[in-house]
Amino acid sequence: MAPTSKPDQRDLFRGALEMMILQSLRRQPMHGYALVQHIKQRSNDLLQVEEGSLYPALQRMLRDRLVKAQWETSASNRRVRTYRITPAGIRHLEREVSSFEQMLKGINLVLSPAES
Amino acid sequence: MNLLRQLLHRRQIYSDLAEEIQQHFAEKVEALIAEGMSCQDAEYAAKREFGNIARIEESGHEPWMWPRAESILSDIRFALRKLRHSPVFALTAILTLAVGIGANVVTFSVLNGILLRPLNVPHPKNLQQIGDHESYPDYRDYQDRNQSFNGMLAYRLETIGISIDKSVSTNWGIAASGNYFDVLGLQPALGRFFHASDEHGLGSAPYIVVSYDFWQRRLAASPHVIGKIVLLNQHPFTVIGVAARNFHGIDYFFWPDYWIPAVNAQQVTGWDDFDWRGHREFTVLGRLKPGITTQQAAQNMGAIARQLAKQYPDDEGLTLTVHKPGPAGNSNDPTKKAVLGMTLLAVLVLLAACANLAGIFAARAADRSTELAIRLAIGSSRWAVARQLLTEAVLISLIGGIVGTLVARLLLGALSHWQLYDMPTHFLIAPDLRVYFVAIVLSIASGIVFALLPARQVWSTDVVQAIKSSYVSAGSFRRFAVRDALLLTQVAVCTLLVSTALVAVRGMVQRLRAPLGITPQGVTLAQVDLQVAGVPDTQSRIVQQRLLDTAAAIPGVTATATSDNVPFLGASGWAVYSWDTTQLVPAHAAFSAISYSVAPGYFKVAGTRLLYGRDFAPDDKPGAPTVAIVNETFARLLFGTTNAVGKRFKLFDPVKLEIIGVVEDGKYTDPGEPPIPAIFIAYAQGIGPYMVSSPITVLVRSPLPQDQITSALHSALSQVVSTAPITVLPWNDAIDRSMMPARTAAVVLGVMGLMAALLAVTGIFGMASYSVSKRMKEQGIRIALGAQRFQVMRSTLSRPILILLSGSCLGLIGGVLVASLLAHLISSPSSHDPLVLAGVVLTMMLLGIIATWIPARRTLVIDTARLLRDS
Repeated sequence: MAPTSKPDQRDLFRGALEMMILQSLRRQPMHGYALVQHIKQRSNDLLQVEEGSLYPALQRMLRDRLVKAQWETSASNRRVRTYRITPAGIRHLEREVSSFEQMLKGINLVLSPAES
Repeated sequence: MNLLRQLLHRRQIYSDLAEEIQQHFAEKVEALIAEGMSCQDAEYAAKREFGNIARIEESGHEPWMWPRAESILSDIRFALRKLRHSPVFALTAILTLAVGIGANVVTFSVLNGILLRPLNVPHPKNLQQIGDHESYPDYRDYQDRNQSFNGMLAYRLETIGISIDKSVSTNWGIAASGNYFDVLGLQPALGRFFHASDEHGLGSAPYIVVSYDFWQRRLAASPHVIGKIVLLNQHPFTVIGVAARNFHGIDYFFWPDYWIPAVNAQQVTGWDDFDWRGHREFTVLGRLKPGITTQQAAQNMGAIARQLAKQYPDDEGLTLTVHKPGPAGNSNDPTKKAVLGMTLLAVLVLLAACANLAGIFAARAADRSTELAIRLAIGSSRWAVARQLLTEAVLISLIGGIVGTLVARLLLGALSHWQLYDMPTHFLIAPDLRVYFVAIVLSIASGIVFALLPARQVWSTDVVQAIKSSYVSAGSFRRFAVRDALLLTQVAVCTLLVSTALVAVRGMVQRLRAPLGITPQGVTLAQVDLQVAGVPDTQSRIVQQRLLDTAAAIPGVTATATSDNVPFLGASGWAVYSWDTTQLVPAHAAFSAISYSVAPGYFKVAGTRLLYGRDFAPDDKPGAPTVAIVNETFARLLFGTTNAVGKRFKLFDPVKLEIIGVVEDGKYTDPGEPPIPAIFIAYAQGIGPYMVSSPITVLVRSPLPQDQITSALHSALSQVVSTAPITVLPWNDAIDRSMMPARTAAVVLGVMGLMAALLAVTGIFGMASYSVSKRMKEQGIRIALGAQRFQVMRSTLSRPILILLSGSCLGLIGGVLVASLLAHLISSPSSHDPLVLAGVVLTMMLLGIIATWIPARRTLVIDTARLLRDS
């Protein structure tokens, strides 16, 4: 991991990053830089995706055909590689999200102060 | 399918990824500029946030790779490139390992061939040997009385003259019980085998089964040989079958040419061992019944032995063991001991080679410390760097292993063609799969062993320190301790090897110098077998006299004599009984003595000194008192004095002999043997009912050139006996041949010792020169502060010499232990010989001091000013 300036920033676990990427792409196709920005904005600057994690994750999803990529020209006239979610990607996302929600619910129950 | 597509498109994928990341970076910079940063600041900020672009790309590649395989492959490519850049280092390392692994392949092949390889018969596991040498009547009792074995076979080796269509050759084969092939569970390649049902008493089954080799060699591989009549020692036998091509009997080295039923052996050889309980000449093997353990079988057989011992005087004291057949089953087998000893030494050679290479590798890794540190600094993981070193080491050891194995194969090929006497011996020691497997395992293991030290070094590298200065500064004391331990191991192992080698070589020299009790120079031997020639016992004395006269008549021959066998060419022996013994059964024998049946004048021709009494005379003939001449050892063993003239002893029931002379001791089968009792008997008198007619050796002393006398002797004697082959050879050749195993062992040990010495020298040299160069700065400072050159030298030399001394002592102790293990083979009476030990210590010290002194000299010529300025 690259040295971080924000000491409280935690590494995202692999599944979380993939879910966020897939969710973002489901909203609209975009390229790598846009993905970083999008996640940053949506999380109110809480989450900063590192390029060192983003690209391997994208490559993994490409290999597993959860997303597909295409070279396009952006609005600012830049050559960008735009990623789109595939039907397999959508299915994967839904599965992951529901299992993640289960987990989150469990964690919340454990962490919440006991009610008597 | 998917994988293939990935593989084909990978280049495209990678370049897409690279471009994409580049674009991403550019966009980021632009965004930062848009926020108001200067162009340069923006670029720096983006770089800082981005981190290592190459590494991002690499981890982006990973989903597309078979990660382990490919990173290993690229490691290998890199290692090869590295090695190409330092060919001397690579060559040294590879050769060192080739030697170490080659030595192990050779010894393991021998070990495998002799001790591990199962017999080539179906279900070899439940085939067990019963006792060691058993008599045929006992064998039949074992078979009838035991409850542990499904079947039991007995066999013995025979040498027989086989005449096929008038051409005669002497061949080694087997006389076996009728059930031999059935118990082994074999099928013939042609015709049929003999069975127990073929036997109906003595001489009832004149059948012969020949080996596949013999069938091809002597019978032209003809399919019509079944039913053919061949003459065995002039007795007609019918060829009934040919054994399978891969069946070579059940002895480990000896490949028989034929098998005949034991019931017919007496007819051929004239020996009545078929029904003589005291004549223990047979090897007995049995198939264990399912569920019966070896221990149970041993108990069963032990009980039978006790019964038989009570029942028959000949079996008094009989004991029986059940064990694996061959050398593996015999805990005292000298071959087995020697092979195990050699294996141990070979492992030690490999260990020394590994210690050596570990040193070299550690030094190399230290020299490359800057490179390795840079790789760590730019983000390579420690594991990746260590893995790289490991790959390099394993690569070198694999190449070394391959080279070593190839050389070993050549050596083994030569070894397996070695023949003992005229016996069809084959050493099946060519490497098989198991050997190759061991070679690979050894290679990889040794690679890992000697890469561990440098890998550890990488693990503890302090990157900043390593880049800043030379490597030694940090934590050098601990590292030196490891290296010292390595050097100590190496010196100890090498001393061990050198001392063993010296003991062996010295043993060999002693053996060459040992008095043989004969003067073989100028003596030519001509050996012919009268039994093979079909000469009846009654005629043998006449034929012997005619052979003697014919040889004496050859111009240029100064002296002639005959004996049945002569030392180093054949041997037979008898159990000896003291004169007072009344019950002449094996249990009461005083000892067994080697025996020769000689003509008058034998001692003169052989060059053996007569110490007391007289030689045989023509008057010592049938009807006259039966007389014998014995050697010193015989006289001492039986009578406690060397002058035994006039004393008497017995051989077996009707044979009572009076000693008329005592001759000096000699060597009879092997120059390294301990003193053996020997009896010489007058050929004219025979031994009881036996004429001891079988072989006749004519000894001829002549100053003529060797090839001239050889051909003259051969042609003259062929006139006398035309029905059997005559072997003519100088006596020295026969002695040389029997020296072969000892010589091979001495040469192998000598070579190992030499290799060890070489390894030690290079190891010490490498270590010393490395530590000298690393301490250069320190020594420079010392000199600058006014230290005397002598003091500097002392501080450089003291440590290696201390290690050298303690290593030598350790090795010496080990060497003495191993030498006593090997004593059987090299039979040096003095493995603790002070001369050898002193020689070893001296050699090691000398080598060590030279190896340290050469690099240490460099400290003497230090240019202090320059050295201090440079670093």
